[in-house]
Amino acid sequence: MSTGSPSPHKTALEFKSTSLNVPSLILISDQINQFEHHLKEKIAQAPEFFKHSPVLIDLQDINKKGLEINLAEFVDVLKIHHFLPIGVRGGTKEQNSIAIALHLPVHSAHSTMPPAQQKNQPKTIKPENQAEQSAQTPVQSNGIENKLVTQPIRSGQRVYAKGDLIITAPVSAGAEVVAEGNIHIYGALRGRALAGAQGAEDSLIFCSDLHAELVAIAGNYKVSDDIEDAVKNKPVQISLDDQALIIQPI
Amino acid sequence: MARIIVVTSGKGGVGKTTTSAAIAMGLAKRGHKTAVIDFDVGLRNLDLIMGCERRVVYDFINVINGEASLKQTLIKDKRCNQLFILPASQTRDKDALTKEGVGKVLEELSKEFKYVVCDSPAGIEQGANLAMYYADDAFVVTNPEVSSVRDSDRMLGILASKSRRAENGDEPINEYLLLSRYSPARVKAGEMLSVDDVQDILSLELLGVIPESKSVLNASNAGLPVILDEQSDAGKAYVDIVARYLGEDKPHRFIDEKKGILGKLFRS
Repeated sequence: MSTGSPSPHKTALEFKSTSLNVPSLILISDQINQFEHHLKEKIAQAPEFFKHSPVLIDLQDINKKGLEINLAEFVDVLKIHHFLPIGVRGGTKEQNSIAIALHLPVHSAHSTMPPAQQKNQPKTIKPENQAEQSAQTPVQSNGIENKLVTQPIRSGQRVYAKGDLIITAPVSAGAEVVAEGNIHIYGALRGRALAGAQGAEDSLIFCSDLHAELVAIAGNYKVSDDIEDAVKNKPVQISLDDQALIIQPI
Repeated sequence: MARIIVVTSGKGGVGKTTTSAAIAMGLAKRGHKTAVIDFDVGLRNLDLIMGCERRVVYDFINVINGEASLKQTLIKDKRCNQLFILPASQTRDKDALTKEGVGKVLEELSKEFKYVVCDSPAGIEQGANLAMYYADDAFVVTNPEVSSVRDSDRMLGILASKSRRAENGDEPINEYLLLSRYSPARVKAGEMLSVDDVQDILSLELLGVIPESKSVLNASNAGLPVILDEQSDAGKAYVDIVARYLGEDKPHRFIDEKKGILGKLFRS
């Protein structure tokens, strides 16, 4: 197709500015074996979440320490484990030119995450914090990922929201509603509700009539048998306090 | 264009075929040209309930495979000249049904008929999926007990997500609840879910309640759609259901116990 020449037809493409949330992977150690070992551990915890996940390689920390790494090697390891590196940031001149040679865009070092947030993270194994951060960001800062459902959710159906999930109809027995953020149900909850599906422990579940088969926040769950009769058939708020689900009538 | 109605439930034995036969006969008797199709390939029953089992020559699968024309295959009802039956094949299984084949037959029927009633088999496999795929309206037949209600709920989820209307993003299928084998006396005794309980769980428009009645079994054995037994409560209930479906406002007659007559009938 010819470019530049005016055409009577509609244009075939359009460039628009967009921003997206991508987990960044902060390299801390120059030891490739150690890196791969920790990476595997993280993947084992949530294989589906990491599979084909885009990732931005952050080299600031490693360069601050003056450690030298073979970037191509790290990129290979990431690819072997089904990550899709989509760029580097905070790299030196040499690292940047290697990145370009590897077809990885170079992003500017500052911007995106405020430095304060990074400093608050305890200096443990970094990939762990990364996983949690990336899961939480859309919930906390980005409202567009929320989902609203107005039709009843039937037995056998499953609804997943990357942010908050708001349902203005009943959730039937045998149905499953899952959100990375909070779940609000303005109707009876007879099925399963799982909030904080990516580990956000401050997620809440609200429902106006509790008959749930199972409720869970960040992996901590209660089945119907474990739910006290005192809170059943009532409007409730469910929260997580130190790994224990708290169900309160509202 | 015909209106395509699927009679479905998920669970078996709740009264789908009885309902299909009754509704089809009811619509035909109101003067609308109606065809009723048995989708239960391999477990053919509709012809028995309709009393035309001795006149089956070709079947639905023959038409799909182009081995017989619709005209040759459709059986005209002896009691009502507006009603035609398309029987299922007894020697094949549900895999003989194809989406394209079913679509072609329904399209051809649509040219000539006002209503096409699809009698769905139980389950949520090929036969049931194809019975509902092209539907405009769904009659969800449910018995007032928990497993039937849950299966209906599952079926409603499938209606909302896997039909042609859902796939094309058209207006969704109109879903109606038919509560069959209802016994007000047993509801009162706490042995059966009430209309309110079921509606609460399914959040669906109630098209009618069909009371538990001996006349249903008698009618089935005689090959007579129960709607023709105008003395029976079940027959009356189906007459009301057809009227409501056609837009008439009829009060529900069989939800409450009537002067103890029903109670006596059902207490056993």
